[in-house]
Amino acid sequence: MEWEIVIGLEIHVQLATQSKIFSGSSIAFGAEANTQASAVDLGLPGVLPVLNEEAVRLAVRFGLAIDAEVTRSSVFARKNYFYPDLPKGYQISQMELPIVGKGELEITLEDGSTRLIGVTRAHLEEDAGKSLHEDFHGMTGIDLNRAGTPLLEIVSEPDLRSAKEAVAYLRQIHTLIRYIGISDGNMAEGSMRCDANVSMRPKGQEEYGTRAEIKNINSFRFVERAINHEVERQVDILESGGKVVQETRLYDADKNETRSMRSKEEANDYRYFPDPDLLPVVLEEDYIQAIKDSLPELPHEKRHRFVEQYQFSAYDADLLSSSRELAEYFEVVAKTAGDAKLAANWVNGDLSASLNKEGLSIKNSPVSAEQLGGLLARITDKTISGKIAKQVFEALFKGEGADADAIIDAKGLKQVTDSGAIEAIVDEVIANNAAQVEQYRASPPEKQAKLIGFFVGQVMKASKGKANPQQTNEMLAKKLS
Amino acid sequence: MHNKTIAELSQGLANGEFSSVELTQAHLDRIKRLDPKYNSFITVTEDAALASAQRADEQRAAGNAGDLTGIPIAQKDLFCTDGVRTTCASKILDNFIAPYDATIVTKFNDAGAVCVGKTNMDEFAMGSSNENSAYGAVKNPWDTNAVPGGSSGGSAAAVAARLVPGSTGSDTGGSIRQPAALCGVTGLKPTYGRVSRWGMIAYASSLDQAGPFARTAEDCAYLLNAMAGFDTKDSTSIDQAVPDYRADLNNSLQGLRIGLPKEYFTDSLDAGVQQVIQNAISEYEKLGATVKEISLPHSELAIPAYYVIAPAEASSNLSRFDGVRFGHRCEDPEDLLDLYKRSRAEGFGREVKRRIIAGTYALSEGYYDAYYLKAQRLRRMIKNDFVAALNDVDVIMGPTTPTPAFNIGEKSNDPMSMYLGDIYTISANLAGLPGISIPCGFVNDRPVGLQIMGNYFDESRLLNAAHQYQLHTDWHQQTPAGIE
Repeated sequence: MEWEIVIGLEIHVQLATQSKIFSGSSIAFGAEANTQASAVDLGLPGVLPVLNEEAVRLAVRFGLAIDAEVTRSSVFARKNYFYPDLPKGYQISQMELPIVGKGELEITLEDGSTRLIGVTRAHLEEDAGKSLHEDFHGMTGIDLNRAGTPLLEIVSEPDLRSAKEAVAYLRQIHTLIRYIGISDGNMAEGSMRCDANVSMRPKGQEEYGTRAEIKNINSFRFVERAINHEVERQVDILESGGKVVQETRLYDADKNETRSMRSKEEANDYRYFPDPDLLPVVLEEDYIQAIKDSLPELPHEKRHRFVEQYQFSAYDADLLSSSRELAEYFEVVAKTAGDAKLAANWVNGDLSASLNKEGLSIKNSPVSAEQLGGLLARITDKTISGKIAKQVFEALFKGEGADADAIIDAKGLKQVTDSGAIEAIVDEVIANNAAQVEQYRASPPEKQAKLIGFFVGQVMKASKGKANPQQTNEMLAKKLS
Repeated sequence: MHNKTIAELSQGLANGEFSSVELTQAHLDRIKRLDPKYNSFITVTEDAALASAQRADEQRAAGNAGDLTGIPIAQKDLFCTDGVRTTCASKILDNFIAPYDATIVTKFNDAGAVCVGKTNMDEFAMGSSNENSAYGAVKNPWDTNAVPGGSSGGSAAAVAARLVPGSTGSDTGGSIRQPAALCGVTGLKPTYGRVSRWGMIAYASSLDQAGPFARTAEDCAYLLNAMAGFDTKDSTSIDQAVPDYRADLNNSLQGLRIGLPKEYFTDSLDAGVQQVIQNAISEYEKLGATVKEISLPHSELAIPAYYVIAPAEASSNLSRFDGVRFGHRCEDPEDLLDLYKRSRAEGFGREVKRRIIAGTYALSEGYYDAYYLKAQRLRRMIKNDFVAALNDVDVIMGPTTPTPAFNIGEKSNDPMSMYLGDIYTISANLAGLPGISIPCGFVNDRPVGLQIMGNYFDESRLLNAAHQYQLHTDWHQQTPAGIE
């Protein structure tokens, strides 16, 4: 039987506020255990939560960026369960009236096609602390630094049809949250975490199959692997006549497998109810409009513009708009160079390769966008060839000159375009290679096209690469005929 | 000195008739001598009290004294006090020392009041008799066989026994007004949101409200002046200017429109209490007030609504008492579940467990709509009754309780009958309205309270009505036998 994969993702994004969602404690990563836990974070008797306005602003930013309904009066609710790293015995979250309602997100697949993925909702909630199971002699240590960190939980519709689509969606969320500045999206530090709901159904069937929720898959690579693994597991069960049970499974990256955490029967009854310590969050139109006005050009908008303005493929447009910094860098290069295609090739090619090699991001590129643009401008105006440009680029990357022109001058790399000078070299090369000239002249035209490369190479060698390649070609063709 | 009101003591301190240290010492001596009989205190902070009395005297000498500078008061033991244990009368918090002050504790400290200790109460403020305390029942100073009411029974008894001139309480379903009535003192529950809940250990967050006890309405005005106000640390506190609650005390009651809810004067009201209340109403008529019958048609739904909403909130509020970070932890837990189960089973008393279970049930999947949501709907209907009634009258009067104080042990095995005793007080909490209880007579030598409820933020009017009554009657000046 042919199976269709159905996936929905729940993504927890840590919001880039200064302090916690319901207390004034810092949320900086990596502090000594329990040094960022106030009386509120500890859930001491008598303490009360006060909502961090910045968390609301960031959530609204997200809602507007995915064209979602922003709830005018949203409500915080308590999700009740006992766990040692949950100090109050309940998590303050949102249930019936989340701050962000239905929205959608466009993803680009590897073949350049796009799909719209539905976002069911996004709600604000507080993070729990951390249980530490090592170093405590059979006991468990609790670190509450993370308790109360503001999270936005983004729940997708079950619209994703493959692990690759799930990854593309996750990447798109990752791109978007950094574009609009609501999170650093750092998965290694837990700023973005993902759970996946996976089910299978016979192709063509409308009804969804029974799903399993896979918890805590915290890198793009693991998302793909975990989902693929889970798909295989479910298909095996179904094809051997079994039934998938509704349960929560934990992904083990070391063993590349998922294992059951708890079944539906064991699931908690969270006894959600509106938190009586907090009032509904009422948002006024002016407030929402002001946030709307402050949004930057969004990734999908940029993508569409790049395709239109620069005639890029969807794939290139997606690549170049994958981060705001990269897109902005590219556009400065394109403008300075006066050639967007050339700029795109260099940004995606040499620049990206050099940065990757050094483990650098575009933000701390040693070659500024103006420098790269200046370099490419020298290609377009034929001052240097593409080959020489690579040398200049390397020098710029090592910080050897203020700009491309300075390096070209200092190293004497300026292209020879003087036809007299080129002619002299061409004549010399023809004179010194009589046998090759003979062979060339005896060959049919299609073979000549190949053989001419030898002479070009000789001219370049003699000119130390500076002879204008196009002039050299034309001159050789004329003289050899 | 102990027979003087706060107003008189404030004057005495201002006139230099006695110092705060003398005044505080006198009250501490009384507590030491008499409280073994009443058990109204859980913790007495003698050294800290004398030190702050000393500071108060210095402040006065420096010319910086306010109305409450140097006045001894007691705090109900659910207000967190920095460095002093706060137990909520529960074994689970027996060893809990809060690292911070509740907002009202800070406010009283800033006003120069001297806290002499923490008063006994029903565990986690759940109860109407003060029998549900891990530190033993409080006894009613009018008759030590009788309960003082609850949950703020210690605070009411301490004022009735003249151990302090004023104290604080919290009122979730009547926990200030009912013990005030049963102990023959004055107790005010302000509008929900008028006094900060920061640092007040929560029972039912949407109903809890702190307020003062004293012998007179005038004294309650002194105390409320210090307690009231917006607090950025409590999102449910309301940002509205605080008037001087003493300013309107002497207004005439000429033309005051009093409503008497017909639902409050039925067969379930003790005949003796009914007579005492009628007499009080007649007194108001003599003072120029007009009286009319009103209807609060959903009154009988208040108790069922309350006993869903309050336990539901409590079941969640009390989850933090898990033996992990503070409070009682069982010996040698086998695993996490065992730690939770035994710490909580050992730490909580019967009534607290009963309400946690009831509340957990009401919020459970499949029952939430039938119980919690329905109770919230009833709550809105009850509130609407009051809003409509208060369009036609200025205040609503009636008995605070259907009977005077019952005997210790009389109802402790019959929670339903205990719950029904709160029939007249619970509605004000559900509606968020202010209410005051003042002494207005006796039945079988036990005090009876008159309840006056008013519109949102109309505490000044309630205090005015109560004060005028107290100027013309002397029920509030009666003293229990043996108190001298």
